Amino acid sequence: MGQSGGHTMKQHFDIVVVGAGPAGLNAAHAAARAGATVALLDDNPRAGGQIWRQGPGHAPQAPLQRLLSAIGDRGNTTLWPSTRVVAPLDSRRLLLESAEHGGACVTYEHLILATGARERLLPFPGWTLPGVSGAGALQALIKGGMPVRGERIVIGGSGPLLIAALATARAAGARVVAVVEQAPAFDVARFGVSLLAEPGKLRQAVGMTRGFAGLHYWTGSMVEAAHGDGRVERVTISRGHAERRVTLECERIACGYGLVPNVTLAQALGCTIGAAGEIVVDGGQRTSVEGVFAAGECTGVGGAELAGVEGEIAGLAASGGAADRAALDAQRARWRRFGRRVDAAFALRDAARTPPADSTLLCRCEDVSLGEVREFANWRDAKLQTRCGMGACQGRICGTAASLYFGWQAAAPRPPFSPAPISTLMAANAAPPPAE
Amino acid sequence: MHRSGDASVIRLTIDGRSIDVESGTTVAAALVLAGVRSTRTSVSGEPRAALCGMGVCQECRVTIDGRAHTLACQALCRDGQIVRTDDSAGTP
Repeated sequence: MGQSGGHTMKQHFDIVVVGAGPAGLNAAHAAARAGATVALLDDNPRAGGQIWRQGPGHAPQAPLQRLLSAIGDRGNTTLWPSTRVVAPLDSRRLLLESAEHGGACVTYEHLILATGARERLLPFPGWTLPGVSGAGALQALIKGGMPVRGERIVIGGSGPLLIAALATARAAGARVVAVVEQAPAFDVARFGVSLLAEPGKLRQAVGMTRGFAGLHYWTGSMVEAAHGDGRVERVTISRGHAERRVTLECERIACGYGLVPNVTLAQALGCTIGAAGEIVVDGGQRTSVEGVFAAGECTGVGGAELAGVEGEIAGLAASGGAADRAALDAQRARWRRFGRRVDAAFALRDAARTPPADSTLLCRCEDVSLGEVREFANWRDAKLQTRCGMGACQGRICGTAASLYFGWQAAAPRPPFSPAPISTLMAANAAPPPAE
Repeated sequence: MHRSGDASVIRLTIDGRSIDVESGTTVAAALVLAGVRSTRTSVSGEPRAALCGMGVCQECRVTIDGRAHTLACQALCRDGQIVRTDDSAGTP
């Protein structure tokens, strides 16, 4: 796979894929097979997305290696690692900021959004203490080489990701003292039984939960507060309706309430967004905007298998490649059914939807508390009056929480989506207007 | 944890202190290895560290080789790299 060339400030590709996780890699592979020139961008230094994250002690997983070598063999895909989309420009152009090349402008015939999902991180008293992270975040940090050997960790929130985080933390030598799941025992058990229909997923689950003995797995429970002096030292957990509280000593708390699609770029392009915050696509993974496709978790959370199939379909549709569409459609339907079972089992219950105490910080960038924000009628007013959501993360963290608690429609972040040097922003103007 | 074949060591400087890490380590992980307790101080004076681990929350932003506001969770350690946390940015 070639690296993006020299100091070139503008390049044209048949297809630009944003995101090099399972969806983006499969999309790029399908498009490359059809003979298209492809650029595959990712803001991380290495391909693989969250699920195939590599690091010291975490060699590239087999499916990632297969895809990367298959894409590399074709020779028509350019990989742009550590590259962010700063802004979409008119006439099918994207303004990029790349660690290697600085500012750049690429043009495309077709764009495939494979921007994935992020964790839904919900505030609780003490969640700003160092040592508190998301559950997927803990996995990512460990895979990046963060030492946790001997640390006591409490994992909380909701969904299968908690079990994956448990497996990663244990393999790295941590002592996971409790997994705190907000969904009730009945729904979690029913989901477990439903895994019998997907033997591969069942094997995965059994492998990850091996040796559950000695670990508290508490359902219908919530991480209520983190305590410590400059660092996590203890956690309070509320258990069930009886309002029973348990306090445990720990060095880390990893808490995430499922995933939310990343749609910032899609919104800026004008793509229709659905009720669950996902990019709306048709059977060919086309968005509502001409020439723009989307695949994977950004079109609705359903796991890596679903993302892979959707990526394949998007890559084929965008490049006009030939395929057995019926077989791909059937696979997509199967993994969407699985995704719906996950959704039903781990849907957020009232306790998770109820805001914590007013003194809890909602916006970590500007240090705005829930109490300061809740009196306003909508997100816009809250932002203007309190600066909530106007900091470095552009409301990506607090906007998600505010939307859950208050039903507020968070405004889309505006370009530039990430801090970019002035030279990059000038690259947008340096690019000549394309010939029509 | 299984060690991968590539165990080459990288030396970088974090807040003036030299530290060796395994190739492929993120700057976010190196900060923890170096004993750095927080990456920044919030507007109300709280210490903060990596929250999302995947380039969204901006809590782990540091200065790498003079470039401010670089996300430690999405940066790989490189030999000779100089990392400064927000809190030390003003100090020589």
